[in-house]
Amino acid sequence: MATTKHTLVAIVQDKPGVLNRMVSLFRRRGFNIDSIAVGHSEVAHLSRVTIVVNGTTATVEQVRKQLDKLIDVAKVFDITGEKLIGRELALVKVKAGSATRSEIIEIADIFRANIVDVASDSLTIEITGDEDKIESMLKLLNGFGVKEIARTGRIAMVRGNIGAMPDEKPAKSRAKKPAA
Amino acid sequence: MKKTGAQIICESLIAEGVDVMFGFPGGVLLPFYDTLPQYPRIRHILVRHEQAAAHAADGYARATGKVGVCMATSGPGATNLVTGIANAYLDSVPMVAFTGQVVRAQIGKDSFQEIDITGITLPITKHSYVAMDTASLARIIKEAFYIARTGRPGPVLIDIPKDVMQEMAEFSYPDRVSLPGYKIPTSGHPTQLKNAAKLINEAKRPLIIAGRGVIISGASDELKQMAETSQIPVITTLLGIGCFPEHHILSYGMPGMHGMGYANKALDETDLLIAIGMRFDDRVTGKISGFAPRAKIIHIDMDPAEIGKNVSVDVPIVGDVKAVLRALHKLLETNAHVDWIRQLDEWRQQHPLTDVRASSGLLPQYIIRELYEATGGDAVVVTGVGQHQMWTAQHYIFHHPDSFISSGGLGTMGFGLPAAMGAKIGRPEKAVWLVDGDGSFQMNIQELATLVQDNIAVKIAIMNNGYLGMVRQWQDLFYKKNYVATPLSCPDFVKVAEAYCIPGVTVTRREEVQPAIEQAAAHDGPFLINFMVEPEENVFPMVPPGASNIEFIEEPKKEVTSWPRRSTL
Ligand SMILES: Cc1ncc(C[n+]2csc(CCOP(=O)(O)OP(=O)(O)O)c2C)c(N)n1
Repeated sequence: MATTKHTLVAIVQDKPGVLNRMVSLFRRRGFNIDSIAVGHSEVAHLSRVTIVVNGTTATVEQVRKQLDKLIDVAKVFDITGEKLIGRELALVKVKAGSATRSEIIEIADIFRANIVDVASDSLTIEITGDEDKIESMLKLLNGFGVKEIARTGRIAMVRGNIGAMPDEKPAKSRAKKPAA
Repeated sequence: MKKTGAQIICESLIAEGVDVMFGFPGGVLLPFYDTLPQYPRIRHILVRHEQAAAHAADGYARATGKVGVCMATSGPGATNLVTGIANAYLDSVPMVAFTGQVVRAQIGKDSFQEIDITGITLPITKHSYVAMDTASLARIIKEAFYIARTGRPGPVLIDIPKDVMQEMAEFSYPDRVSLPGYKIPTSGHPTQLKNAAKLINEAKRPLIIAGRGVIISGASDELKQMAETSQIPVITTLLGIGCFPEHHILSYGMPGMHGMGYANKALDETDLLIAIGMRFDDRVTGKISGFAPRAKIIHIDMDPAEIGKNVSVDVPIVGDVKAVLRALHKLLETNAHVDWIRQLDEWRQQHPLTDVRASSGLLPQYIIRELYEATGGDAVVVTGVGQHQMWTAQHYIFHHPDSFISSGGLGTMGFGLPAAMGAKIGRPEKAVWLVDGDGSFQMNIQELATLVQDNIAVKIAIMNNGYLGMVRQWQDLFYKKNYVATPLSCPDFVKVAEAYCIPGVTVTRREEVQPAIEQAAAHDGPFLINFMVEPEENVFPMVPPGASNIEFIEEPKKEVTSWPRRSTL
């Protein structure tokens, strides 16, 4: 069966060991993670995890259900089919001599990337965007000699005002609730 | 009121209605054991090996439906629990396992007897806790019991540093839990129920396969009602044995690797398989592509992740089995399926399990049947793992949901004796019989001492074949009888029992079987029978590993003496 990339979003308790539990589950059941990115969410005590997994629809559904069973996982959504804003950040340290420097800066400009560090024989570029954009820039930079790359995993959100999660009320209505 | 952590543990156990726990002490547990006498309501059974504490808690839980509790010290005590916890995990048994931990300041320093037991047990627990402060102990214990017994049950581990047991904190036992991420499905989805009912009402050759989920949710009556209303034959998985009375006219035994030929034939021919509280283990399905090849499948289970995991399903119903069956029953039409049932009965005639060979030697199948006759099917029967386990499943006739206790998912040798111990403590009014293998028995043989110290009247029937029989059977059938590492020397089990002050007899002939069983039953206390059975007897039918269920091998035909399987109805 054909495998495709799926983007899952998990809302989890912000407690020690939770990520360990999730990753342990992936390992035990032999699911392959492309990337995983964790950070705080809009709610205190809850973190948001974006997971990119490669697999058949059935496997990914199994991943989602298994994750959902973890007590510390409040919700898991497969947002693959939704209209997404997906972002990744990369830092790229590329060889840059006086002959190539301006060309590299030009490439960074085209991709709206920032030069964040300049050394005598290298430049460090920061780029955000979807995976394709980052891949394209890296391809161009490869010719100059890439010394080091650091990439985050993907973080993602569904477009529009349907809230963080497809089947949830808009975030606004949550904010309107009278304080307890 | 302020209490020590150790007192809080005891108070919480009492609040949870715990009256027995199985444990083994150690340095970091001393604050707890020092406190225990203040709480005489909690009976503590001192096992001889921590693995047995977990298995005993497991047997207790299966026999009573309550949460089993076990405790072990840090380091080696905790790691000894691992097999028992894994066993409970794979068979969905509610359990709370406490482990002691080194004091907080020493955690992470490879201190004496420090082990990361939560890390080790992560993949085999439903959930786990490290209790890092005394004030959170009561909440953690409350949550642990709640998680262990609700939804799909399972083991929960609580690791408690020694100094957390010593410090004082305000105690009040919470009356509710707040676990926003924990969802327990209840009734099934109405649309799916409707879809299922439609399929059932239209099916020509429907078949129910029932698993342990039926037992867990206490849905035996509902299952019976459904089967009778729509006249649907019922087969049960190994762990589902007893959830449907086996003397019932619609009962067709267990399918799978050592299942009845007719149950496997039924699976092959059915046009609608209604799977209830079971998880399509490979020992049941055989080769997936050959499993119920003509059938649509309805799968009813509490755990959404089980649905579609191993086989694809036409109608998924997530919910508590009892509630789902009740709702479903309202939508069912009465039906007869006369031809289908006649067909099954024909297969039962053609592929009987009804024959016990005339043999000069002592056959384990014969012994199991005698045991059934002697107990009237009313005992709790616990097994080890191996041939004897399969023979028990095949030849004893189980009528009650809580009468067969066996390690299914993990297949743990050594489970039998401690689990029987736990079962007897949970159900003192019942006769508890352990049918064990000579290999399995030796894996936790030390628990004979526990039987004696706590006067636990388990009756032990060892099928002594001098082999690791089930493995020898594979060597026999698939490895040209190359019997490597399966011949097994045994001590004189009767003498061993005697050394523990347990009476016993050795039985070598058919005529001695019944009197020995009677003698054991009549004795007030534990009793051991060492049955010297035919060494190279094999379990049939058998589906070769990797084959489809329909490719079962039957017993090579020999001289037979008939023995009707259904003694009633
Ligand atoms: C802890 C453990 N180790 C190994 C096995 C593999 N195994 C399965 S059945 C079996 C033989 C069991 O022998 P015995 O208890 O004498 O029972 P018999 O098959 O002879 O009835 C073995 C070794 C197991 N299931 N569990």
